[in-house]
Amino acid sequence: MNKTMLIKNGRIIDPSQDMDMTGDLLITDGRIKEVAASIKEIPADCNVLDAKGMIVCPGFIDFHCHLRQPGFEEKETIATGSKAAAKGGFTTICCMPNTNPALDNRATIDYIKSASATDACIRVLPIGCITKGRAGKELADMGELAEAGVVAVSDDGSTIADSRIMKQALEYSTIFGLLVGDHCEDVMLSNGGQINEGIIATRLGLRGIPNAAEENIIARDIALAKLTGARIHICHISTHGSVELVRNAKKDGVKITVEVTPHHLTMDEGMVLGFDTNAKVNPPLRTRKDIAALIAGLKDDTIDIIATDHAPHTDNEKLCEFAIAPFGISGFETALGSLMKLVHNGDIEIGLLLSKLTAAPAKIIGSKFGKLGTLEQGAMADITIFDPDAEWKVNVEEFYSRGRNTPLNGEKLKGKVMATIFNGKVVYKDNSVKLGVKA
Amino acid sequence: MEALGQINVIDLKDDNPQPAQKIWKHKHILDLDDFTPSEIDLVMQTTDAMHEILSRPIKKVPTLRGKTVVTLFYEASTRTRSSFELAAKNLSADISNLTVSSSSVTKGESLIDTLETMEALGADIIVMRHPNSGAPNLASKHVKASIINAGDGWHAHPTQALLDMYTMLKYKNSIKNLKVTIIGDIIHSRVAHSNIWSLTKMGADVTICAPSTLLPKGMDNPQPYFPKVNVTTDINKAMKDADVVMGLRLQLERQQSGLLPSIREYARLYQITEERLSKADKDVIVMHPGPVNEDVEIASTVAHGDKSVITEQVTNGVAVRMALFYLLAGGSHNE
Repeated sequence: MNKTMLIKNGRIIDPSQDMDMTGDLLITDGRIKEVAASIKEIPADCNVLDAKGMIVCPGFIDFHCHLRQPGFEEKETIATGSKAAAKGGFTTICCMPNTNPALDNRATIDYIKSASATDACIRVLPIGCITKGRAGKELADMGELAEAGVVAVSDDGSTIADSRIMKQALEYSTIFGLLVGDHCEDVMLSNGGQINEGIIATRLGLRGIPNAAEENIIARDIALAKLTGARIHICHISTHGSVELVRNAKKDGVKITVEVTPHHLTMDEGMVLGFDTNAKVNPPLRTRKDIAALIAGLKDDTIDIIATDHAPHTDNEKLCEFAIAPFGISGFETALGSLMKLVHNGDIEIGLLLSKLTAAPAKIIGSKFGKLGTLEQGAMADITIFDPDAEWKVNVEEFYSRGRNTPLNGEKLKGKVMATIFNGKVVYKDNSVKLGVKA
Repeated sequence: MEALGQINVIDLKDDNPQPAQKIWKHKHILDLDDFTPSEIDLVMQTTDAMHEILSRPIKKVPTLRGKTVVTLFYEASTRTRSSFELAAKNLSADISNLTVSSSSVTKGESLIDTLETMEALGADIIVMRHPNSGAPNLASKHVKASIINAGDGWHAHPTQALLDMYTMLKYKNSIKNLKVTIIGDIIHSRVAHSNIWSLTKMGADVTICAPSTLLPKGMDNPQPYFPKVNVTTDINKAMKDADVVMGLRLQLERQQSGLLPSIREYARLYQITEERLSKADKDVIVMHPGPVNEDVEIASTVAHGDKSVITEQVTNGVAVRMALFYLLAGGSHNE
């Protein structure tokens, strides 16, 4: 396999080193060999990719996605999901344990690792369960999960309703320094709700999910993290009140990290008008006010990272009455295009956006899986190359993911992944990109 | 009280009622949010013509001869279904009724499959009632037949709102500036939702009144997604000078889910009583979509009193539904 490659004339942005320069990047043996304004000494048989007008950055890291394998292969598999992720510019993805069986023991983690080794075109890091079977009752064997190589633990779509169990989980996690992720939803408050509580819910006659359903649990988790000294990670934050809670907790020194999804940053509750089940997601799309607070949270680092919460479902599952459709948006392949809207609108700087997709999630993951999210010399050559100005139309027929459930089908996005390189190997390439070999 | 009935009647003998076809744009009747004032006017005028047919000794015209109407009800409702059935029969349609028990509305039993079956059996118009909001919207995207929403979840009940408006027009000159107060379980009421759309489109001054747990959310700043109405928890304020007072059925489960302390307290604070009604306009009419929980949301003396037009609403329901069938069938008859 030819693992020598030169990426020429790109705008190289690496938030881990505060780097933003135009130049060349050389990969040898799957690792970053050199980044310089101009690289003259090029090995023989070197692949050359002309990245003029494109941005070259560390491969994106997605801390929250659903690959559905094992158990729900009709929605997605490790093979299709990782391919879709690579198309979206991701080189490392962390998959949630809400599979069947749930990822709550060594055997299931080993299964994900071995299936990924054969099927995945990029790095897949499993997240284990906090409790056995994600039932919220008894702690999973966290020590075993840590040894087996989980990147964090989370009961994913199920909040641990019992605060005592959550407290104990946090206490216990400190032995291994394991990050505990929580989907924050007070189900007594959300009460079977379908969309954001507010005027759209009124118009459509759907049960609303109030902001407080999320904020209640975030406030609890902050108190418990403070009490136990454990590391807590808040999944897919969605309300302005949540941002304020986390901002204050960080001021207090609580070990808390937070993620936000591209859809919560770029779409409001109006997307469900017409009963579009593809815009049904949990937590629900909120209001303009919430979006503004989420963007402000990104800017002042209250919100650490952007994660897709890629949640594929089959066409059939979404083709039904709104109330019985499952929650979730297929997010890998539209993430960058959606997020670039924020950059093109002047809401955030490109460097900040890329930091939230690379260096920041790498920092949360730590060094356990090697040096991620950086273009430093010697680091694994995980690289994303994208054209920030390329316009394209979302067409679910062209998705690699089995989940075509996106409310963005037919929408025009500006910003397109041109190539994704994992461990020095091109795992995705847009048709327009030509790889030349240096004569 | 005197009925006005001074509305332009469309002559059903006219083979070419151009104005109707120009104004009417709907293939489906899902909600009234997308109705124009002219379309609502047209429904009112057409209903008048149908009302005239209903007063004939032989209440049958051939408008829908050869057309098949299917009623597909996922919730039991004898009243609404009978109303649609009579309306279709009066227009000489063939009619078939299908009831699907609501317990079988689960994943795996696809609504689309059922609708496609209906269509394969030759349904031209499907009248649908469903416990899930938006089910008729979904249906309309997947079948060629016209869908009439006969009530979906908490979302909409357009034919009820139209018959309510027709009933109001029998007693009031115009909907414009009419003070209409709707009292009761607004948040869960598809009847209230559709009435708010149609009444505000025609210029009524609408007030909704309920305990705060039963008021819809986001009403402080509803536009552009929902009409602006007056919102109050004070029934005396809501009653003041009202031209129309509409009660809504209170589901007993609202108490069980903690939205109300007790039915007794609800009745004490929010029942439409003679005394409270005395604050309304002297010519006030009292309406209710039925079925009435007597002495809960409305005092039985009021429900059966001289201001009540509840029974007339039922009669008008048939005429409105005939009008809607007629308009959906292309505004001409089929002789």
